[in-house]
Amino acid sequence: MSRPKNTRQKGTGLKIRPEKAQTAESGRPLLELRNLRMQFPVRRGMFRRTVGFVRAVNDVSFSIRLGETLSLVGESGCGKTTTGRCIVRVYNPTAGKIQYQAEDQESVDLAQLDNRALRPYRRQIRMIFQDPFSSLNPRLPILQIVGESLKVNGIARGAELEERVASLLKRVGLRPEYIRRYPHAFSGGERQRIGIARALALNPRLIVADEAVSALDVSVQAQILNLLQDLQEEFNLTYLFIAHDLSVVEHISHRVAVMYVGKIVELANTDELFENPLHPYTEALLSAVPKPDPRLRNRGVRIRLEGEVADPSSPPSGCYFHPRCRYAQDRCRDEEPTAREIGKDHWVACHFAEELELRGFEAIGSTPGL
Amino acid sequence: MAPNVEETLLEVKDVKTHFFTDEGVVKAVDGVNLSLRRGQTLCVVGESGCGKSVMARSILRIVPAPGRIVSGEISFRQRNGETIDLAQMNPRGRDIRSIRGREISMIFQEPMSSLSPVHTIGSQIMEAILLHLPVSRSEARKRAVSLLDLVGIPRASEQLDAYSFELSGGMRQRAMIAIALACEPQLLIADEPTTALDVTTQANILDLISDLQADSGMAVLFITHDLGVVAEIADEVVVMYLGRDVESGDVDAIFHEPKHPYTRALLQSIPRYDSRDRERLYSLKGSVPHPFNRPGGCPFHPRCDEFIADQCNTIDPGRYTVGGDHSVRCLLYEPSAAAQNVGASEPPAPAQNVGATR
Repeated sequence: MSRPKNTRQKGTGLKIRPEKAQTAESGRPLLELRNLRMQFPVRRGMFRRTVGFVRAVNDVSFSIRLGETLSLVGESGCGKTTTGRCIVRVYNPTAGKIQYQAEDQESVDLAQLDNRALRPYRRQIRMIFQDPFSSLNPRLPILQIVGESLKVNGIARGAELEERVASLLKRVGLRPEYIRRYPHAFSGGERQRIGIARALALNPRLIVADEAVSALDVSVQAQILNLLQDLQEEFNLTYLFIAHDLSVVEHISHRVAVMYVGKIVELANTDELFENPLHPYTEALLSAVPKPDPRLRNRGVRIRLEGEVADPSSPPSGCYFHPRCRYAQDRCRDEEPTAREIGKDHWVACHFAEELELRGFEAIGSTPGL
Repeated sequence: MAPNVEETLLEVKDVKTHFFTDEGVVKAVDGVNLSLRRGQTLCVVGESGCGKSVMARSILRIVPAPGRIVSGEISFRQRNGETIDLAQMNPRGRDIRSIRGREISMIFQEPMSSLSPVHTIGSQIMEAILLHLPVSRSEARKRAVSLLDLVGIPRASEQLDAYSFELSGGMRQRAMIAIALACEPQLLIADEPTTALDVTTQANILDLISDLQADSGMAVLFITHDLGVVAEIADEVVVMYLGRDVESGDVDAIFHEPKHPYTRALLQSIPRYDSRDRERLYSLKGSVPHPFNRPGGCPFHPRCDEFIADQCNTIDPGRYTVGGDHSVRCLLYEPSAAAQNVGASEPPAPAQNVGATR
């Protein structure tokens, strides 16, 4: 793209960014988490004394590259949502750094900024929520839901605001005439589009999509996934895609990070992670995904994960996964593994990653149906 | 129909369940047929609002007011060999109550809201046993322990006195399955039992259901929107759209030779491992119409790629057999080339078309 900086696309009021969309491998980091930790106090008794801490996010480090989609997967309670909320600074992280590469080449640590200093960055990092029913205020018309941030930031008002909201609606595939309707008049998929329009209103660079398609039906989910990809190409957006559905993750992401009890256990390019998982937890997750073809039934062994996800307020010793791991040895009980790079861009936190021969997600031979 | 090696346990014929609201009639289920043999798993699949849950509730006669079954037949073969029509029963009567929990039981999507928060898991299991079986309390308690053991809840005798909020999501769903199995029902209706669970827990619950099924020979009617789950567990599949059974057949036929444009669209919209990375997914145009604006003719015609003008929007397709017990409601498969409506179903009411022209 050879457009000058900050060119506004006709009608939408959205900037086309001059940075060229880059492949996941070569991209420079837009956001870098370093030893991010978020703990919540556990209070008990009459005086609400603090009796312990839940370490929802425990020493998480990874970076998100410009223009890529990085997915964060894991079971419920593993801290993936908390990580996302720390990035948009809904929570104040207990420790660690959230290094953000601002557009003017300056790098800032979002974790250190106070509310006032955060304001310019809040425009650039936006969020899409899971539940399209509870994330839109039922008492506000779409004009206000989508346009609120434009108004608050003094970007547009009056007729101009209406025009911009209308063009945003058009961009996400809604009819601009609906601008005065209230959320109850829309279906789940349409509401999710409204949520996306709201996130797009301020020309964000990074969008944290927290289970953005989990509550939708398959056909609607396909529409929203396509929309997210189109928008990414058009505006060079970067996504942190928080999800638990691995087939969706496989489809949309460039890289995938697997979380277990507040820690990243494996991070790699999508194909690499699905074909050649190095952590036993990743292997178990992949084997549990139902494959949409009855002919593949009973092919390949499903790994049953026994027991429960560890309690983050009193995690097990050593590797947090060892009580459920079928390859666990004595060392796993005593020593906590640190993340290391094995192969290019493939990070894993397991003592025996080199020795284990883990099974990937089997390729499906034929597409059923057509 | 394929020769029935095993006897038919449940047969649903053209059931219609409508809701009579102040704003108008919502035809939540509008002509569904299915049959289920002993020991089989039938999956009902469809998107939200297609009437799959109402259909399941119609079988147990627990459709909430203002809904009621307006026509159709639900024949169920009881343990004593008698076949009864559940659709004719008084939903509050003694007869249906002796069937619920005893012959047919149900598990629901959200175990937290279906379990009582003020009763222990044990007392909820024992309630079902004491209601239907002539056993003493101590015998019922013993049974409850073995049931919890059966569904894989560790330390069963301790957990008997736990409340639902003390258990994790997967464990709650196991407790609910234990309640459903308390009286060894012939038919288990599972309404999206794994939707709220993680994949790993989902895999364990699906394994549990199929293990239990293999042991007891009960039939399972499984309601889901997840085609991956259908491919894993189903013997037979019914695809629903706007209250209709648009396609039904055995699982291999549905996945490998889907006939109805809607079934094909659904299959194409799931992200697949073998598809090229980040390729666009096929997406159905439009969205499911509002229940008051049901399109006339074939209810799928406004979103269909193979829409035939003047036919699909006027003629309500009947169920056409396309080999074996594979049947489809689509004019493309009408046996006679000239798609004249041969009285397969009632002509569309012109009034239904009004909203669709908006």
